[in-house]
Amino acid sequence: MSQHLIQTDVKSTLSTAEIAAIDAEIAHLPYTSAAAIDALKIVQAARGWVSDECLIAIAKHLDMSVEQLEGIATFYNLIYRQPVGDKVILFCNSVSCWICDCDKVKERISDLLEIDYGETTTNNRYTLLPVPCLGACDRAPVMMVGDDLITHLDDEIIETLFGPNQQAQSD
Amino acid sequence: MEKVLTRNIGTHTSPVDLKAYEANDGYRGLRKALTQLSPQDCQSMVKNSNLRGRGGAGFPTGIKWSFVPQGDARTPGHTYLVCNADEMEPGAFKDRLLMEYDPHQLIEGMLLSAYSIGADIAYIFIRGEYAVAIRRLRDAIAECYANGYLGKHILNSQFSLELHVHPSAGRYICGEETALINALEGKRANPRAKPPFPQVSGLWGRPTIVNNVETLCNIPHIIDRGPEWFNTLGVGEDSGTKLFGVSGRVNNPGCWELPMGTPIRDIIENHAGGMKSGFQLKGFLPGGGSTDFLVADHLDLAMDYNVIGAAGSRMGTGTLIILDDRTCPVGMVLNLIQFFAQESCGFCTPCRDGLPWTRHVLESLESGAGQPEDLETLAYQVKYIGAIGNTHCALAPGAMEPLQSAMKYFYDDFEQHITTAQCPYRLGRGA
Repeated sequence: MSQHLIQTDVKSTLSTAEIAAIDAEIAHLPYTSAAAIDALKIVQAARGWVSDECLIAIAKHLDMSVEQLEGIATFYNLIYRQPVGDKVILFCNSVSCWICDCDKVKERISDLLEIDYGETTTNNRYTLLPVPCLGACDRAPVMMVGDDLITHLDDEIIETLFGPNQQAQSD
Repeated sequence: MEKVLTRNIGTHTSPVDLKAYEANDGYRGLRKALTQLSPQDCQSMVKNSNLRGRGGAGFPTGIKWSFVPQGDARTPGHTYLVCNADEMEPGAFKDRLLMEYDPHQLIEGMLLSAYSIGADIAYIFIRGEYAVAIRRLRDAIAECYANGYLGKHILNSQFSLELHVHPSAGRYICGEETALINALEGKRANPRAKPPFPQVSGLWGRPTIVNNVETLCNIPHIIDRGPEWFNTLGVGEDSGTKLFGVSGRVNNPGCWELPMGTPIRDIIENHAGGMKSGFQLKGFLPGGGSTDFLVADHLDLAMDYNVIGAAGSRMGTGTLIILDDRTCPVGMVLNLIQFFAQESCGFCTPCRDGLPWTRHVLESLESGAGQPEDLETLAYQVKYIGAIGNTHCALAPGAMEPLQSAMKYFYDDFEQHITTAQCPYRLGRGA
């Protein structure tokens, strides 16, 4: 990475809007590296994920080491260091959903979309990830698709969302 | 019973806006405090109310607040109030309800708490997945700034408060208050060594109080109606009301506000409608994924911190997870251990390496490949990983709670997996 580090130019890597948003966070913090998580989120919101190049540029801008920022970026499960699809499916596999047979629902999703945890569909529409308990256990099994919480999951709902008809419609 | 925390939450269709909140006596506690009460008066009221933290540990809120340096002990600089809205305990789903449907109640609770401890900056640290709650809290905060409830000289008093919503980037460990503070500082969320406690040295090294959403939502009512009234709300030894929830194979899973000390049987049989047809209750976790199993013999116990503690478990979040007779207890514990192993922050060895080891043993057991000595290994892990003091924080000991109690109450099931070399529940679940 060291070669990249020397070559990466913050202003040509991050957009003016991204830099402005990061600077706005820095403005109310006691030191620049305190904006690390905010900066990662800002860049991810604009690009969907945080590439190596962006990570290096953010580290330079925040005056911290790339290793330190990478340690933070890889710690948090909602910061993506690999490209993800247009929408991320956060699938709850914690205890209440497990009792309510979420494993079967997950298999149905995997069959229809042909992806397992950590994978993205070939049309780049969805990435499937497990997520800690989503706090809707009275409506288990549940998942999030993008920002939407979807509850009482069963075959019918999964078919409606991800079945061949739905796929064809959106294509 | 009188609804307190959920008085504005009826049909669960839309959140209460500022007008509607004010119309139902909202911000009356704040007006009372700013015109008639000193911060010390407010602290005394909360102390006398015997309110205990609703995040899981049950520490008395008034006592926690009293550790913030006051008077001559104060040093120049900010004091912070942080709302822990990082609801991620497996099986817990109460704070979501309070934030999505009555955001102003939480804001009033934070205003009064900040006034009481002398905080001038406050954060709501909320998990990023709670998109609806984040949006509604931000809308409510904007209403407050526009109407003099937040900012400089609130309601023309000397009291000022900045309130920020901080969506988290994930990880269960952020619910631990010192890990949360590290996350707010933009760092990895490894818990800090204590002492110093956050009340003295927290966010940016300044005095910081971290309180759970439900705890803070109680404050406006205690200030408005007094600690004596609050003490009458419980039907057992603890005061106030509590959001209790039930998930699992019951007829009516949900979350209800009930008096502290409500018997477990009443919650499961009356409010949750009892077990679904064809299912029997085998056991339950009384307060989320990191609490010890209890069984049918405990159904008549009151949901009070000390009562549940004396029975060998913890009331935790007060959200019960039901184990039915067709769900494998070994599989359920494996699911929980898998969760905690995944969510370990990796800082200390017993947790980082111990929990995956436990998961490995349970996986082998559950799949029918277990050996008799595996049960000794699990008992050994419970003893060493479960002991407070062997690990950096309470995550791993919490993870051991459902395992140790499952081995106590469902030992036959563990043995049967070994003697029959298969999971006896697999056929029953049609898997």
